Amino acid sequence: MPFDPSTGSGLRAGPILAEWYDLRDLGNAVGAFLDWIRDQGAPDWVPYVVSGLIGVVAILLWVILSQLAFIWIERRVIGRMQARIGPNRVGPQGLLQPIADTIKLFLKEAITSRKVDRALFWAGPVLIFMPALAVLAVIPFGSGMFLTDLNVGVLFVIAVASVNTVAVFVAGWASNNKFALLGAMRTVAMLISYELIQVLALLGVVLFAGSMRMGAVVDWQSDFNTWVLFLQPLAFIAFIIASAVEIGRSPMDISEAESEIVASYHTEYSGIKFGFFYAAEYIAAFAVCAIIVTLYLGGWTAWGLEEWVPGWLLFLGKLYLTFFLFVWTRGTLPRLRIDQLMAFAWKFLLPLVLLNVLVTGAEVLIWREGDLSAGLALPIFGAVNAGLAVALILGWATFMGHMRPEHRAKRAVLTRSWARYITLHRPRQTSP
Amino acid sequence: MKTEPFVVSFGPQHPSTHGVFRMRLTLDGEQITDLDMVIGYLHRSMEKLAEERSFTQNIPFTDRTDYISAMTGNLAYVLAAEKLCGIEPPERAQWLRVIMSELQRFASHSMAVGFLANDCGAWQTPIMHMLRDREKVLDLFEMACGARLTTNYMRIGGLSRDIPPEFMPAARKLIAELPKRMDEYEDLLLENEIIVIRSRGIGVLPAELAIASSVSGPMLRGSGVAWDIRKADPYAAYDKIDFDICVGTNGDVYDRFLVRLAEMRQSIRILEQALDMIPAGPVHAQIATATVQPEGVPSAPLALRPPAGEAYGRIESPRGELGFYVVSDGGPAPYRFHIRSPSYINLTPLKEMVVGMTVADAVMILGSVDIVLGEVDR
Repeated sequence: MPFDPSTGSGLRAGPILAEWYDLRDLGNAVGAFLDWIRDQGAPDWVPYVVSGLIGVVAILLWVILSQLAFIWIERRVIGRMQARIGPNRVGPQGLLQPIADTIKLFLKEAITSRKVDRALFWAGPVLIFMPALAVLAVIPFGSGMFLTDLNVGVLFVIAVASVNTVAVFVAGWASNNKFALLGAMRTVAMLISYELIQVLALLGVVLFAGSMRMGAVVDWQSDFNTWVLFLQPLAFIAFIIASAVEIGRSPMDISEAESEIVASYHTEYSGIKFGFFYAAEYIAAFAVCAIIVTLYLGGWTAWGLEEWVPGWLLFLGKLYLTFFLFVWTRGTLPRLRIDQLMAFAWKFLLPLVLLNVLVTGAEVLIWREGDLSAGLALPIFGAVNAGLAVALILGWATFMGHMRPEHRAKRAVLTRSWARYITLHRPRQTSP
Repeated sequence: MKTEPFVVSFGPQHPSTHGVFRMRLTLDGEQITDLDMVIGYLHRSMEKLAEERSFTQNIPFTDRTDYISAMTGNLAYVLAAEKLCGIEPPERAQWLRVIMSELQRFASHSMAVGFLANDCGAWQTPIMHMLRDREKVLDLFEMACGARLTTNYMRIGGLSRDIPPEFMPAARKLIAELPKRMDEYEDLLLENEIIVIRSRGIGVLPAELAIASSVSGPMLRGSGVAWDIRKADPYAAYDKIDFDICVGTNGDVYDRFLVRLAEMRQSIRILEQALDMIPAGPVHAQIATATVQPEGVPSAPLALRPPAGEAYGRIESPRGELGFYVVSDGGPAPYRFHIRSPSYINLTPLKEMVVGMTVADAVMILGSVDIVLGEVDR
């Protein structure tokens, strides 16, 4: 939507609630403030710039607060999963621990070793920070609460998030460290494969909603009283897996495999430069969770509940639940090997998401051409797609040989006598 | 395309070399084409130092060779010294040695299995759960001898002291709850799809190569050779106990993992029997040759002069055959003191296992060898 100075639309699309003090929609307060500026007779560009600045500052503040909360949640939840307590000394329930960590990172020396490429070494932490933040510009946090509602929002999200790859490679190359370089190469190979999966998974959403605007996808879900999750279970699973790769979460934390390549691309970073990588990891997690919530879980709407509860609170609740999923996998699953991960993308996920796009396209076509009512068509599509997802995953796993007995657990042979039992076997070595 | 070999120095400061071991890997992309092992970063010259100390003073050294399982280190050394002196420890001491060794084996294997899962990338969770059980075993050690890690419990001719009365109920309580934990670990680790594909067919050690490299312990048994010194050359009270040797079939990382988990179950089985069968009585023999031994109740000698000769004492430590070769010239200190440490010898076929695999596999394979650097470098 082009900027129209007379109404201010394009800055705040979406319905405006009755009164400026109605805190269910923080956008109202901003809208009232902009109206006031306009009434003072300021030129048109002033409210435009001011609204942008307000949005940026608000998002930054929210992201930084959320990121501190994320760190606390992750450490406490994983602590519980690991039969320990987690940080509980600084502040009530250890709530101030992330702040203490941040202060520590600020005060520590940021060591730059002698043979690094200085310019790129500096650029790495900055570059990795920006795309994660930029993605948040198009996320509708609540009714009318977004910085800008691009009509190519989904495309923007994918494109900006992939800048991450460059930043990781810059950091890995500039460090002049072999572990960093190995990690950077792994990351580039991995992200390129999984971006394809992400795009194809999101194609299903776009096909159903008929728009690439993030706000429009939320509106579509709210209009039809459904979540894309129910219509696109296969794409949802694929997207979650691809997102876990993108934010380097277990079982796909190959890019920073601690037990193999020390700390990968940020091995040489210390002090606040390391802090940037650490923060960027959580901000990227925030952004990815926000995208999942917006596109698959109904965004800030929840079947009319948004009339009673502020939309941004619903959004935040869903966001933390999604983040919990990533914490859970991190706390429980071991890591795949790089070739296995690539094979999983190309041999397993890619055929499935391609099929999903085909099926979704057919369904949308039937729905449009057949003039079916949404109440009839959507439940049928949901049921068909759910059945299809289960059948495809199990069928493809069987076809690829993952159900064969050598993939199942076995037990040790027990024998009472020594040296009677010697197996001179022909060993099976799997070449990578 | 012309490429140059990419040499990565894995360690000595690295999160998953289990100490200060160093692997000099030559890589082609992710694939390993060559491996050099560099050891000696933790060399403390124990064998030479032991020649300057009396036979009893050498017992604390054996805690510090294999610091993950100090009790078995103690046992192997005192067995050698007892052979040298011709001392037969009393029955109760023999049974307590079995109990302590098996508790130690359980604790050591839980660390090995937990850290292997850690090397596989399971971010600390399995190891934290396993350490929870190990802590309880260490509590029992603390009860028995006052120390948790460097126990210094065994003595030439018996034990340093009897167990306190609260030891037996605590041990029985622990043994009763461990099988449930084992079920949990087997469900979570052995049936995990990722662990299966990461460890099946990786680092295969054929039985012939294992025997030729003199490998012992769970590594040898993982390759399908049923060799266990507790059965083949019984010491302490192992000949009176009913237990099985656990053997793998394919000799890969998964099988070593499997054998360790199965041995933990066997340890529980041995402990159940030993706690019931242990007799009452003294825990130390009266030693005629002891130059300094307190009067009255038999207890550990502070110094003794064994007759000139040589002896080799060996046991099945959690890592394999741990042997002490001791030569005496009739003086108060050993003339020669040699440690046959399983960690060091189990590293022999590492190159054969690792070359051709990827970096991620090398970490798993090294984890499955289960080295303790204190024992490798001594």
